Amino acid sequence: MLNIRSTFISSFTVFLGLIFSQSAFAEWNALNMTEGVTDISREVFGLHMFIFWIVVAIGVLVFGVMFYSMYAHTKKKNPEPASFHENTKLEILWTVIPFVILISMAVPATNTLQKMYADEEGDINIQVVGYQWKWEYKYLEDGVNFFSNLTTDQDEIYNQTPKGEHYLLEVDEPVVIPTGKRIRFLITANDVIHSWWVPDFAIKQDAIPGFINTAWTIVDEPGIYRGQCTELCGKNHGFMPVVVRAVTPEDYDLWVAEKKQAAFELAQLTEKDWTMEELVAKGEGVYQMNCVACHQVNGAGIPGIFPALAGSDIVLNNKPRNVEILMEGVQGAAMQSFANQLSEVDMAAVITYTRRAWGNDAKGNGEIVVPKEIVEYKENKIKI
Amino acid sequence: MSAVIESHDDHHHGPAKGLTRWLFTTNHKDIGTLYLWFSFAMFLIGGAMALVIRAELFQPGMQIVEPEFYNQMLTLHGLIMVFGAVMPAFVGLANWLVPMMVGAPDMALPRMNNLSFWILPFAFLMMLSSLFMEGGAPNFGWTFYAPLSTTYAPPSVTFFIFSVHILGASSIMGAINVIVTIMNMRAPGMTLMKMPLFVWSWLITAYLLIAVMPVLAGAVTMMLMDIHFGTSFFNAAGGGDPVLFQHIFWFFGHPEVYIMILPAFGIVSHIISTFSRKELFGYSSMVWAMVSIAILSFVVWAHHMFTVGMPLAAELFFMWATMLIAVPTGVKVFNWVATMFRGSITYETPMLFAIAFVVLFTIGGFSGLMLAITPADFQYHDTYFVVAHFHYVLVPGAIFSIMAAVYYWLPKWCGNMYDERLGRLHFWLSFIGVNVTFFPQHFIGLAGMPRRIPDYALQFADWNMVSTVGAFLFGASQILFLFIVVRTVMGGKKATPEVWEGAQGLEWTVDSPPPYHTFSTPPEVK
Repeated sequence: MLNIRSTFISSFTVFLGLIFSQSAFAEWNALNMTEGVTDISREVFGLHMFIFWIVVAIGVLVFGVMFYSMYAHTKKKNPEPASFHENTKLEILWTVIPFVILISMAVPATNTLQKMYADEEGDINIQVVGYQWKWEYKYLEDGVNFFSNLTTDQDEIYNQTPKGEHYLLEVDEPVVIPTGKRIRFLITANDVIHSWWVPDFAIKQDAIPGFINTAWTIVDEPGIYRGQCTELCGKNHGFMPVVVRAVTPEDYDLWVAEKKQAAFELAQLTEKDWTMEELVAKGEGVYQMNCVACHQVNGAGIPGIFPALAGSDIVLNNKPRNVEILMEGVQGAAMQSFANQLSEVDMAAVITYTRRAWGNDAKGNGEIVVPKEIVEYKENKIKI
Repeated sequence: MSAVIESHDDHHHGPAKGLTRWLFTTNHKDIGTLYLWFSFAMFLIGGAMALVIRAELFQPGMQIVEPEFYNQMLTLHGLIMVFGAVMPAFVGLANWLVPMMVGAPDMALPRMNNLSFWILPFAFLMMLSSLFMEGGAPNFGWTFYAPLSTTYAPPSVTFFIFSVHILGASSIMGAINVIVTIMNMRAPGMTLMKMPLFVWSWLITAYLLIAVMPVLAGAVTMMLMDIHFGTSFFNAAGGGDPVLFQHIFWFFGHPEVYIMILPAFGIVSHIISTFSRKELFGYSSMVWAMVSIAILSFVVWAHHMFTVGMPLAAELFFMWATMLIAVPTGVKVFNWVATMFRGSITYETPMLFAIAFVVLFTIGGFSGLMLAITPADFQYHDTYFVVAHFHYVLVPGAIFSIMAAVYYWLPKWCGNMYDERLGRLHFWLSFIGVNVTFFPQHFIGLAGMPRRIPDYALQFADWNMVSTVGAFLFGASQILFLFIVVRTVMGGKKATPEVWEGAQGLEWTVDSPPPYHTFSTPPEVK
């Protein structure tokens, strides 16, 4: 008996604990637009609140009259309805007054918009390219170039492990900008339309294939600013966050130097002699980051949309075509070129992984790809 | 010769028996009934999809569906609610009411009327069947922006395109029928400025439909060409322009929004006047307000596209033009309030829905005004703030007006009174449900949650949970609506011809239910 009761109590405690852990991320204060961290974003916030209070005032007035009439002019209290109707003066009045109010809104809105559109070359110019489902950042002056992928674990998304603080808003490489400098973003897309949004900067610009849109900002405070893609761009639209890290100009210079050093070291790695085991181990990680969204963890793809890799004839027996698809993409399909997204090492590793995983090594020739082959592929292409 | 015709006219014109009554009918009342039941069925299907969406969003993390299926749900939910629920419901109301309100015996083009209804079920069958196709149903949102809907679309997009073509053909036929009926078949003495407001609202709506439906047809045809015939209208790699798609779509889409709200204006004007027992405050200004809204609707489309990178001049033009719409819309709201003022108000179910319409539609109008402010729109655009905005104008806007209309005219249609207590219960459940669902979405939108995502960051968790609870309440209360309507059709207290004390209009001069053919001899309007 006692046992049953203690089981009950303990399960009840677990249940309560669950509820409280739910409300651990309770933030009932997530109610309003952020003020942001730039002059423009604060101005936009001010405009938002200004219009908000105007409509609240109009609402109080109009609904006030209406609710009064609903209360005072019921059939019980006012059995004989008045018969007045048509009043040209009143009609003119309630056309003109709203018009004047609208002008009082339009003037500050126009001013702010003009400031936002005062676009010019930045101290630092960054090209932002939307892909299904990641962002690429190219620093036009500093020559730094990388992709920014979601790092939230699939287990967190599928509720196998607790969700971290920045669930769905965390990436492997945030875009880094210096404070106090004018940054210009040149925004475009590689496949479908995406939209690059950082609420704290009040920047939201669609990334459209074939177009380059611009946006600019000057951030005063170092910090990490998070946003998301805001244009439906396919299956993983909800899983391609934007993370910006603003640092002091000195730290920025350090970061650029580090990035260049890392690129140099990566190039050295292609010279190394890789074993199959090393490639497969590395390739699995690359696959998890870049490929599972479409081709799935088990390599089965999604029938009719994303082809299976497990048992695919190309993956089994046609190594040259296998490499070509990853390097060039497939015209007219979701498969994009990964030539610029992955290093030679990662490219070789992920191809090797797919050729060895899910029983592919037994069914096909299981040939591996080493980084040098990718380098050769690129060199041959330049010759042509 | 004349003798032959007379003997023909002699036999009794009642409805045919059985299924053929509905398949071959050319009677405006039967077709109106078909439209209304069809739209209710679509409302339930589209609503079930909304509940799938809300259930997935109950908590952060993926629980119930996969992102791929989630996108199919949000796409079909939008398409079905716009083209399957709201528009056919208004066409059904027009079929039932326009001939009776203008004193005409039927719609002007009865066979076309039959055709325009009966192609609808096939269009939706085709659209829904794509759920079972390889690659799944359309997954690119009801706005189907290219190239997501062309190069990157599932194979079922072709079925979607043909379905939209059929829907467009149906709408155009319906609109032609309304215009021809109103222009040619009004009773003697009924000048344009004596027409009931619902008829006016539908006349304007019908012109909008004829103007923009072909534009939509053009857009989907270009998609078809891009997908199957190697053109590059919207493909940047081939020299095309993805933004062109959005301009074309919203040139259709914005007037479409007003197509879904103008008939509601008409309905609400009738109901508020009846239950306030007072003439509408400004009939002619109401008409002119609707005409102005309709004209303005053609010059504001790009306010849906403030973030695509238009030049400053275009942004300013579309901002100012959009703000202008607040003026005629304000005139309408002020007129409804002035109509109630010093009236003799009672609160039957239609009036409750109509008042809720005025309040909640106005709230949707307020957020619309905020969205018009371009700099602020950069923050609002494609967040849940927009979702809250358009659901406020469409659910307690368009849908509430349709429910108000059903409660208001149902006793006329079937001759029985509905159960007032149940009607009020349905109203209060819907009213609470709608607000609990959509009001918190303002908050999560402002706080930064994008729309059309299957999973979200943790700071949005609480209000999403509230919103889901509201959605299930709203959904469940529509089963009550179905029950009330079926029970009223089956029987109940008999309704008088007037039904409501102080109701004005020709439809209240005939019996409840009206004979199968009304106004074979036109009434005289003074």
